[in-house]
Amino acid sequence: MENQQTFSIIGNKRNKSAVEKAAQGIFTLCALIAILAVVSITLYMIMNGTPALFRVGIKEILFGTQWKPTAENPSYGILYVILTSIVGTTLAVLLGVPIGLLTAVFLAETAPKKLAAVVKPAVELLAGIPSVIYGLLGLMILNPLMYKLELALFKGSETHQFTGGANLLSAVLVLAIMILPTVINISESALRAVPASLKSASLALGASKIQTIFKVIIPAAKSGIITAIVLGVGRAIGEAMAITLVSGSSVNMPLPFNSVRFLTTAIVAEMGYAAGLHRQVLFTIGLVLFAFIMIINISLTRILKKGDKKHE
Amino acid sequence: MNNSIMNGKARISDTVIRIMIYISAGFSVILLIGIIGYVFIKGIGSVNLQFLTTVTSTLKKTVGIAGNIVNTLYIIVITLLIATPVGIGSAIYLNEYAKPGKLVRAIEFTTETLSGIPSIIFGLFGMVFFGNVMGFGYSILTGSLTLTIMVLPLITRNTQEALKTVPDSYRSGALGMGATKWYMIRTILLPSAMPGIITGVILAIGRIVGESAALLFTAGSGYLLPKSGMGFLTKIMESGGTLTIQLYLSMAKAEYSTAFGIAVVLLVIVLFINFLTKYLAKKFDVSKVD
Repeated sequence: MENQQTFSIIGNKRNKSAVEKAAQGIFTLCALIAILAVVSITLYMIMNGTPALFRVGIKEILFGTQWKPTAENPSYGILYVILTSIVGTTLAVLLGVPIGLLTAVFLAETAPKKLAAVVKPAVELLAGIPSVIYGLLGLMILNPLMYKLELALFKGSETHQFTGGANLLSAVLVLAIMILPTVINISESALRAVPASLKSASLALGASKIQTIFKVIIPAAKSGIITAIVLGVGRAIGEAMAITLVSGSSVNMPLPFNSVRFLTTAIVAEMGYAAGLHRQVLFTIGLVLFAFIMIINISLTRILKKGDKKHE
Repeated sequence: MNNSIMNGKARISDTVIRIMIYISAGFSVILLIGIIGYVFIKGIGSVNLQFLTTVTSTLKKTVGIAGNIVNTLYIIVITLLIATPVGIGSAIYLNEYAKPGKLVRAIEFTTETLSGIPSIIFGLFGMVFFGNVMGFGYSILTGSLTLTIMVLPLITRNTQEALKTVPDSYRSGALGMGATKWYMIRTILLPSAMPGIITGVILAIGRIVGESAALLFTAGSGYLLPKSGMGFLTKIMESGGTLTIQLYLSMAKAEYSTAFGIAVVLLVIVLFINFLTKYLAKKFDVSKVD
């Protein structure tokens, strides 16, 4: 009799419901960790990034152009660093997006199956290559080329500081290459999601295939392509290790042949030895970068929501 | 009637655009071949048994990356030990328990945000929170905890996708036969979703192997092997640079042959991981099972 009771569902009910409750509780906790992580990252970035703003002065930091953190009379202006990130990212996106979009068109619309089977895996592999390797190649291949170009362009110039090829332009090229996989993948799925009826209608009206792609399919996939561009911007503005050595080592105005520091590379290059106020200012730079990223993230959710509504 | 389609002539602008499309698509392929070829030509010479199995020694004037390989393994294992259960749990909550509402939207928004935050920010946060506040300093543990937050969205999203493909009839079948919800998840859902979970884990490994900015100021740059015995455990609290960190440091010190050697090792790992995910995806592709 006792044995039978152990197996009865009534006898086990209390145990079971305890296990059930525990399971649900644990899963809920797991899910809450994402919220906890974002909240604490935000809090810690603000806590560590704001003290310098008040110690040095918001205007002096954000709009100052002198970056001399280790001088006797240190000045902590990061305007050029911010501008470099904005200009560098913009140029990289202007270069990378057209190439990426055309590749996406190739994969989604015009490619013969055999060629697509080569290009698609290549793009996937490009996405997997560690950023330090892009940096290594930029340093070893791009910089010497840039140096030659620089020597030719600024021959005899006395005002130009020669950088040995480590300049804004090199970094922009590396960034443009690094955002390619993101742009290609997202825009390809956007192009594929366009209903076939739109395409057939356009072709039936006598439009050529290319006309159909550029006048019908791409406009229809607009919100997906914008998502791709925004993600590309996020990727470019947040990239650090690939461009630390490629972009040069001093803070300058973001002109193509100047040695520059991005928001990310300033942190990577100086956090190792910075102390005191210098370190706090580096956290302020991190906070500025974080603010940019949050703006990008929020606009991204807005775009996605809009796209969803349209489909309903 | 010159521009009538009856002539069957292609428009010039069409041809030009078509050529541009092919050039763009070719660019990625040429770029990839160029990168792999260049790295292998420059680096294969420095890869030999000594390079892979010993530690750099200034005394013997030899270069080796065994310590960095071990550090990378440590960080992969510890990160996954924490991130996999949490990521799966989070996906199960979102897919099986949660009712649509503010909480779910908040979790999904933050998961989305986490995958958009650049690794250097994770590095800063990890350095302050795990390094200073929790007091782990520059150590493999600090690095792993930082990376845990970073790869969490990857595992959560892949598991969620996998759970979504499990047919509802499985769920109602199990529940109808009297299984409790947890029993149903454990014995029906998780095994069915296993391929998706494994893919997520492998993608996470790829991300960890290639990560550098988040590790520079959290796991530090130690390159020594763990001492035997208890050393394997205490190593977790010591600084340990992964392959990517060592590559960056070598590059910064202009030791390019070491840098290219490490780059070869990294590329081989990346190629292998890519192949593995492809293979698994094909093997477990539900749409092709008859």
